[in-house]
Amino acid sequence: MSEEIEETKTSEEATGEEQREMEDKVISPEKAEEAKLKKRYPNLGAKPGGSDLLRKRLQKGQKYFDSGDYNMAKAKVKNKQLPAATAEKTEITGDHIPTPQDLPQRKPSLVASKLAV
Amino acid sequence: MIPGRGGDPDDTRWCFAQVKGVVEVNVTEADIISTVEFNSTGELLATGDKGGRVVVFQREQESKNQPHRRGEYNVYSTFQSHEPEFDYLKSLEIEEKINKIRWLPQHNAAYFLLSTNDKTVKLWKISERDRRPEGYNLKDEEGRIRDPATITTLRVPVLRPMDLMVEATARRIFSNAHTYHINSISVNSDYETFMSTDDLRINLWNLEITNKSFNIVDIKPANMEELTEVITAAEFHPNQCNTFVYSSSKGSIRLCDMRAAALCDNHSKFFEEPEDPSNRSFFSEIISSISDVKFSHSGRYLMTRDYLTVKVWDLNMESKPLETYQVHDYLRSKLCSLYENDCIFDKFECVWNGSDSVIMTGSYNNFFRMFDRNTKRDVTLEASRENSKPRAILKPRKVCVGGKRRKDEISVDSLDFSKKILHTAWHPSENIIAVAATNNLYIFQDKVN
Repeated sequence: MSEEIEETKTSEEATGEEQREMEDKVISPEKAEEAKLKKRYPNLGAKPGGSDLLRKRLQKGQKYFDSGDYNMAKAKVKNKQLPAATAEKTEITGDHIPTPQDLPQRKPSLVASKLAV
Repeated sequence: MIPGRGGDPDDTRWCFAQVKGVVEVNVTEADIISTVEFNSTGELLATGDKGGRVVVFQREQESKNQPHRRGEYNVYSTFQSHEPEFDYLKSLEIEEKINKIRWLPQHNAAYFLLSTNDKTVKLWKISERDRRPEGYNLKDEEGRIRDPATITTLRVPVLRPMDLMVEATARRIFSNAHTYHINSISVNSDYETFMSTDDLRINLWNLEITNKSFNIVDIKPANMEELTEVITAAEFHPNQCNTFVYSSSKGSIRLCDMRAAALCDNHSKFFEEPEDPSNRSFFSEIISSISDVKFSHSGRYLMTRDYLTVKVWDLNMESKPLETYQVHDYLRSKLCSLYENDCIFDKFECVWNGSDSVIMTGSYNNFFRMFDRNTKRDVTLEASRENSKPRAILKPRKVCVGGKRRKDEISVDSLDFSKKILHTAWHPSENIIAVAATNNLYIFQDKVN
């Protein structure tokens, strides 16, 4: 009799552990994914939604163009009489200031839609 | 309305009808379809693309000789709606991509639609011309000016028939009212006003007046550092002209009544499903962000789409949705990579069928899903050139989640996440659907025996 009881106890413990293991896996594939992400990017802030993400979204399309820098560079080029395109590029002040040539084509699309064939 | 597994004769079987667009290895970015919309009768189907162009298809009259062939949609008009712009003052590039098209109800021979990019809404008039005046006195038939000295008699010009010409003209341009990017437009049932919605504000316009707009919702915080929530979509109630809803990036929907106040910052109803705090993860808020909100045709229900589910809400019950449908729950264990490749931010739309009994939304791998609210059955179909023989019946598709993969199933890891169906439309009264698969437009209809 006592043997039987002991056996039952052990099997209960075993299922208890199994259950907890299962729960850990089942609790959340999301949490498992979150752990994966945090491992890859340890500097990721705790709050994912919140201002950083949203502000990035609101700033879509922002391109910085300083007409002063651009025109100064153009003026210098005229004096030196170098071929326009390449010289302008080398005269750009700062690393990331685009010229109108660098910005994507803003001409209207004159090509008809391929759905309208 | 859903293809049955048991071959129940009452079930709808969907067939391929048409596909528009070309097959290209490298898709031209401008060709990516960004919005699809039937007009209120279903006679016209409009698409907008990333290149700022609108193409309108018209349904052919059904011929009595071929009753099994439903009317086909053919090109009716195409025009450049928006062009790329650069706001020099703010150093902001303004994309020409058409975010939304909404048709106005028809009240004369011409058709009207509103189309919008990130900053400007335009009212377009599409009209037919099938006659032209002939017999001018001062011009000859080729248009060359005649020397008045040679004219000895006068005649009255007459209208003569000509080949049909469809013209699109911009009748109103509603601009300079949005600091942030417009995500929705909605025509009011009063047929006099419409609203345009950006991330933080909603503006009300009169269709006739372009130099004035009223702000009706403003959720911009005094300090932008405190920003926690943005508006993701908004829509007017289909028959109550004082009521509209807007959804947020936090998964809530607010219903507002314009009779209550001029500025509707205080909602009349607030719909949100309570979250289980123990389930909260880094991704919870992102996947709860609502990408689309649509009233049912009856006006009794609301449908919302978030990253993994579609929910139907009863307007009279704010505490939780009436129904929740899993679109692609198997993606829950892929959220990390979906966050890294930005797919977790994809904005899927959702639509009702004409009788509000079936709802449809898109997924990845060019799959789209339909849920029958009555039978609780659902189906996954695919928009693919492989099933594009005329009237070919679409076979239901199945994604297998780990374990043994059956022959026809596709495993989660084989899904193509670049093939996403974000935009779909359902004909207002018939079982005809339009599905935008990147740069191709598919039209499917139910099988007619």
